[in-house]
Amino acid sequence: MIRSRIIPSLLLHNGGLVKTKQFGDPKYVGDPLNAVKIFNEKEVDELAFFDIDASTLKQEPRLGLLREIAVESRMPLCYGGGVRDAATASKIINIGFEKVSISTAALDRPALITELANEIGSQSVVVTLDVKKNRLFPGYSIFTQNGKQKRKEGLAEFCKNAVELGAGELIINSIDRDGEMKGYDLDLAKFVQQLVPCPITVLGGAGSVDDMQKLIDTVGIVGVAAGSLFVFKGTYRAVLINYMRPSRLS
Amino acid sequence: MIGIINYGSGNVSAIANVYKRLKIEHFISNDVSELEVADRYILPGVGAFDSTMRNLCESGLVEMLNEQVLNRGKYILGICVGMQILARASDEGTEDGLGWIPGRVTKIKRSLDSLKLPHMGWNSLALVDSHPIFREVDLDTGFYFLHNYYFHADEPAHVLATVQYGYELPCAVGRNNVLGVQFHPEKSHQNGVAIFRNFASLGIGI
Repeated sequence: MIRSRIIPSLLLHNGGLVKTKQFGDPKYVGDPLNAVKIFNEKEVDELAFFDIDASTLKQEPRLGLLREIAVESRMPLCYGGGVRDAATASKIINIGFEKVSISTAALDRPALITELANEIGSQSVVVTLDVKKNRLFPGYSIFTQNGKQKRKEGLAEFCKNAVELGAGELIINSIDRDGEMKGYDLDLAKFVQQLVPCPITVLGGAGSVDDMQKLIDTVGIVGVAAGSLFVFKGTYRAVLINYMRPSRLS
Repeated sequence: MIGIINYGSGNVSAIANVYKRLKIEHFISNDVSELEVADRYILPGVGAFDSTMRNLCESGLVEMLNEQVLNRGKYILGICVGMQILARASDEGTEDGLGWIPGRVTKIKRSLDSLKLPHMGWNSLALVDSHPIFREVDLDTGFYFLHNYYFHADEPAHVLATVQYGYELPCAVGRNNVLGVQFHPEKSHQNGVAIFRNFASLGIGI
């Protein structure tokens, strides 16, 4: 039986790991290689790394660091941040990452999705969308630049288009829920799950195993990603790399 | 000594790292004379079928592998697209495969509307054949899969294991000394380690 994937989502900033709250206030949580070693021991389903500087500061992915991560990791890996062409995506795949995520670059130039799919195969192309609930109107809007810039593209239309162009997975990241640890936006998850024919991963808001279970019970087989839950412990947000799974995964 | 074939496609260092931890002799190479002396091979592969096959052809290793694998009978394990290129051809591209196991790589059918493609994540295995490559593998936990295409073998006897995704898909194939797995043992924790350890002792009778 195929099972839902429980995915720690880790943010890279200046070569270290941080965790944000509503995309701001980055707190240092440790060294990426050390985290990989701990997650190996915990037999984690999948790990995702996002470099939060690479896209906004127009930096290239830190291939040296990614190589060290890939050599150490015994679990599947996804990387996002600063990937703007198929050649770079191909390097990251050959380093040993299974999937490459694009976000701003995909919105700026959707044809890039197809270029990546042709180069690395559509199963390895992930499009990550940072979304925020609209204040006045119903629905959601897509944001880039770490949540600072609102985009004109409609969420449903862009998701469908991305899959048609060759995306093999969509990661839907709720800016409103980021770091809040009060549960996923289940309406958003359900909406995207029913909308597209590819796997989706939902990120933003998990504060407990129950939150993850609710997501799976609501939408079925899904990627269940979390940041804070896997790097903090307790109300004072003490740093502790940890991992847990809900009991029902399908 | 296991030769991990480095032809610009696939995660050779993660595989080498597993063997290093297991203290099993191995090396990474793209050199014909170095690889000739290996007693078995791992053929990784990622990306699209055509680009993987072209990389292998351009590496100049195909003739050597034909000799060592087909004539001398050395073991080889293809992983992911490295397994798919053991077939004759693929629906994903137009290049010829190695054709070492009769079959064609075929796109997974969306048998149900709710079936998502690609097949992504951890899935259980069902063994068709109790092949020693699966010794000490926890079949329920299974392996990590990430693919749109699967190996459709002409001969049912060449299918070693299947995975359930909408329907039964072959996910491990074998014909004598030629073996292939669709899943990623290098990214499948202890089950993956078991596959690499078992592969190293195939035919030695441990």
